[in-house]
Amino acid sequence: MAKEFDLNEVEVWDGNYAASQALRQAQIDVVAAYPITPSTPIVEGYGSYVANGYIDGEFVMVESEHAAMSGCIGAAAAGGRVATATSSQGFALMAEVLYQASGMRLPIVLTVVNRALASPLNVRGDHSDMYLGRDSGWIQIDAFNAQEAYDLALCAFKIGENQSVRLPVMMHQDGFTTSHKAQNVYPLKDDVAYKFVGDYVPVDEMLDFTRPVTHGAQTEEDWHYEHKAKQHKALMDSRSVIDEVFAEFKKLTGREYKRVETYMMEDAEVALVLLGSSVESAVLAAKQLREEEGIKVGVVAPRCFRPFPYDLIREALDVPSLKAVCCMDKSAPGGAMGALFNEVSAAAYTTSSRPMITNYIYGLGGRDFAIDEAKRIMKEQKAHVDAGHITTNIQQFSGLRGPKLGFYETRRS
Amino acid sequence: MSITGSVPGTDKRGIRELGGEEKVGWDEVTQGVAINSFIGETENAAFLKPEERSYSDFNSYTATVASWRIIKPVYNRDICIDCQNCWVWCPDTSIISRDKQMLGIDYDHCKGCGVCVEVCPTNPKSLLMFNEAADNDEELAGWPEKQKKEKK
Repeated sequence: MAKEFDLNEVEVWDGNYAASQALRQAQIDVVAAYPITPSTPIVEGYGSYVANGYIDGEFVMVESEHAAMSGCIGAAAAGGRVATATSSQGFALMAEVLYQASGMRLPIVLTVVNRALASPLNVRGDHSDMYLGRDSGWIQIDAFNAQEAYDLALCAFKIGENQSVRLPVMMHQDGFTTSHKAQNVYPLKDDVAYKFVGDYVPVDEMLDFTRPVTHGAQTEEDWHYEHKAKQHKALMDSRSVIDEVFAEFKKLTGREYKRVETYMMEDAEVALVLLGSSVESAVLAAKQLREEEGIKVGVVAPRCFRPFPYDLIREALDVPSLKAVCCMDKSAPGGAMGALFNEVSAAAYTTSSRPMITNYIYGLGGRDFAIDEAKRIMKEQKAHVDAGHITTNIQQFSGLRGPKLGFYETRRS
Repeated sequence: MSITGSVPGTDKRGIRELGGEEKVGWDEVTQGVAINSFIGETENAAFLKPEERSYSDFNSYTATVASWRIIKPVYNRDICIDCQNCWVWCPDTSIISRDKQMLGIDYDHCKGCGVCVEVCPTNPKSLLMFNEAADNDEELAGWPEKQKKEKK
């Protein structure tokens, strides 16, 4: 039996330590890992819990992230509760195997500490790795601070392992800003946390010798399409399970999570849509701007990146007073508008308010996103509203040195 | 073409073409493409002969997967010494053997690789490769004679 870990009512944890404590409390059977900055302490923590008797599990050190996720898939197919962590280049190397995990419907939890993708090589936080995973068929949940990294890691197991979901889950947090920033975290006691997550219920596990099973089969044009459609439906339908798990978590802790977090949207005239640790900066900027200049600013933050909350984004933006929205993408867009811009625009297109929508690229490679810059962007949205049209390029770059960079304008007659 | 029915223990092998299984919609396919080898639970499958196991429609045992074979091994019982070399080496378990006696070839799974012929130690060989269209009885009637060893 694993030893109980003494925890205070309030601990001072960074996001990495918070996530590793959640992994311990969920009593993961297997972690196969190839540590990478800035997510290293998550799996390092798990290794030390195993070594010191705080968990009955197996830490498997492998030769690459491709092997790490492959090991996780093997252990999950065998019938274990499995998790690992990665970032950036490691995430990219895992990419091929991520699709296998979701297609095989194995509820692995991957705690991703978001970091920029090379080149140029960079260890700081942006969302390019998170974006890389967006078509992989995983559920993607985003924590904005250390407390949320702990809470949502526990929720991740309960969501993915739900029998109607059975999909892998990524729990994201921002590299360094969240992963290495120590904050007050209110943990649950070990038995309370484990009871919330629940016992692992394996499905089609390979260690059940009375029902020999093949995992990872090949299918061609006669079967592949049906399997992918079934998988997509499970991912789309996971929305209600995510809502249920968040509701249950609120009942247990009082801490409330939604697939889309909204702040001051009731009467908002302009809004920012963004992800990750920048959300807290944007909310602070919005509050200040409301006080200082009376501009009615709101903030919308997709907590759940996949399945994309088309329903709740639409609901959040269908505010009669809302006239201008800025979607902020913390990932190099690679020859397109930012992904958040594209997806939020598609949802907003079906609202009756149909706000003007612009796109800012920001924070690449860990470039700071300050309160004043958030306010400037909010005021720019207000200028669009006052002018009655978008007064800038549709895609712009925040915090970038050099001549002003932007693309596309609204066509006006 | 199925001529394995003449070999004991092959009755359920290759009863359908690969891909001949019933096609169902997305709502009925298995979750995660998990494919069960047997219908229901099975006890001690390792101790049952293949023909005694309840293979599922998605097990390749019941499918014929030999449609791309262009040459085939023919087995000559009169020369075979039941050494089991071919049974050990066959990469597709297509040599059928019971109680250490070689019974014949499972033509529904054999791909025609020729390994069984290579490893056969008899003189002449008890297994030889022929064109897929060849008639087995004719080839058996014209089987080569024993070869004298050349002195070096």
